Amino acid sequence: MTYDLIIVGAGPAGMAAAAQAAERGLSILVLDEQPRPGGQIYRNIETTSSRLRDLLGPDYQAGDALVSAFRNSRLEYLEQAVVWQLNAAGEVCFSRRGHSYQAQGKHILLATGAQERPFPVKGWQLPGVMTAGAAQILLKSPGLACDDAVFVGSGPLLYLIVWQYLQAGKTVKALIDTTPRRHYFTGLGKLPAARHGIGYLWKGLNMIRAIRQAGIPFISGVEAVEIEGEQSCSGVRWQRNGQWQALPTSQVFLHQGVVPNVNLAMASGCEHHWSPLQACWQPVTDEWGQSNLERVSLAGDGMGIGGAKAAALRGQLAALQIACRQQRLDNAERDRQAAPLRQWLDKELAFRPFLDTLYRPADRFRAPEDGATLVCRCESVTRQAVADAAAAGCMGPNQLKSFSRCGMGPCQGRQCGLTVSELMAQLQQQPPEATGYYRLRAPVKPVQLAELASLSPWPAQS
Amino acid sequence: MFTSVENASNLPMVQLQIEGETVSVPVGYTVAAALLAQGHRRTRQSPVDGGPRAPYCMMGVCYECLVEIDGQRNQQACMREVSQGMQIRLQCADEGEGAA
Repeated sequence: MTYDLIIVGAGPAGMAAAAQAAERGLSILVLDEQPRPGGQIYRNIETTSSRLRDLLGPDYQAGDALVSAFRNSRLEYLEQAVVWQLNAAGEVCFSRRGHSYQAQGKHILLATGAQERPFPVKGWQLPGVMTAGAAQILLKSPGLACDDAVFVGSGPLLYLIVWQYLQAGKTVKALIDTTPRRHYFTGLGKLPAARHGIGYLWKGLNMIRAIRQAGIPFISGVEAVEIEGEQSCSGVRWQRNGQWQALPTSQVFLHQGVVPNVNLAMASGCEHHWSPLQACWQPVTDEWGQSNLERVSLAGDGMGIGGAKAAALRGQLAALQIACRQQRLDNAERDRQAAPLRQWLDKELAFRPFLDTLYRPADRFRAPEDGATLVCRCESVTRQAVADAAAAGCMGPNQLKSFSRCGMGPCQGRQCGLTVSELMAQLQQQPPEATGYYRLRAPVKPVQLAELASLSPWPAQS
Repeated sequence: MFTSVENASNLPMVQLQIEGETVSVPVGYTVAAALLAQGHRRTRQSPVDGGPRAPYCMMGVCYECLVEIDGQRNQQACMREVSQGMQIRLQCADEGEGAA
């Protein structure tokens, strides 16, 4: 059979799109990697204890309505389904419990969300160093946290997780803030346009105030960071006003924003462009999330970072257009339904330029200056090795693979791709758009040969 | 050291083996969460430089948490939930010394 719509990802965008499309009578298959719906933001929301829900706060609980609308919709939902290929013809290949399947969709919606921006500093590969997102994931499910961690970086998510750690009764050793000082002034210029997001600003300021009031050392204006340790993290060093200082710790959480998860979209041929403001690659779409491929649309943070509420709205908009193209509603009805969603979306997105400007990581945190810093963790390729390759005439990220194996490990460039684009662009003195990105190919997730060999149609023919 | 912020004694548990040692872990933990809760700092050695590695992103992006699960190597520990009788091995050349 051919599904009217196959949705990849069951986060806010995927869930909202699925519920909207189901309302229009489309036959829907939703594929998601996780055991339960919610994405990363509403991870495990159906099963978290009341204590965890309380300490995670109201923004987490806001996912309840989305998940219940999703659960109450007429659709087929496959959890723990890992999509590793899709093509312009609407064929989607995925693995589930050791077998692989191929499903056919009239239209595909990619709602694969965001990942944390790489934070390449010296020693970031050591055990005891994780992302702040990882700290939050562990807290959401299964409710694990640690005492005396040091949080390093900048951005709303970093302050949120520190605040959540405080709610959980955890001691936090320090918050080392890498937000460049001058951004507080440049960011201010974006505030008038961001007035609709004043609630977010208020929430953020309250959170930072709570962190300061808890007596956590809040070290701002940090210009450089290094992790110390041989076999695992033993401390963190930082530079502020040109002076280096250090603090012993066995656990560091790093964060400097989130970026679209581009692997599946790029590998399937969706065109991307460089966003100078968000300093990342974004798919090129129309106002409905439609990509350059006729059968493929995108929604949510995967099409550009906008946050959970914007993701759900973009999911609904994409679903309306897909339903419209399949004659489930006419253009007038589509536009009538879309108008209030767009109004709300504009308000949600109004705050982004302020956040993007304020929390844009300093150049040296996106393209490391220290030669020993690992750029590619999988293949242990240092900044120096990338610079050497560039000096030897390496033309770009794809040729860099032949020079150094950079980007050829199991993560398929997810943890080094952005760094390589920006670092090589810097070395070649050209914009990242000219340097480009890795050429990504299916399978976008490592698949066992036995899984590939078992490829059969989904739904299974009886 | 990661510890539970919940009353762990109330949670249903499964028994599994990490490096041959039987441990009890609450249902719903991912393998990576179980390893962290059991105090394993290093869970892998880089096959390239031999350096110690451990779970980093916990969401399936970084592939740093690769372990052997039930005889299959290179499984993402953060993407699999624990189950009764699961056999987990760390991908270290000097296996068995992964615990801090």
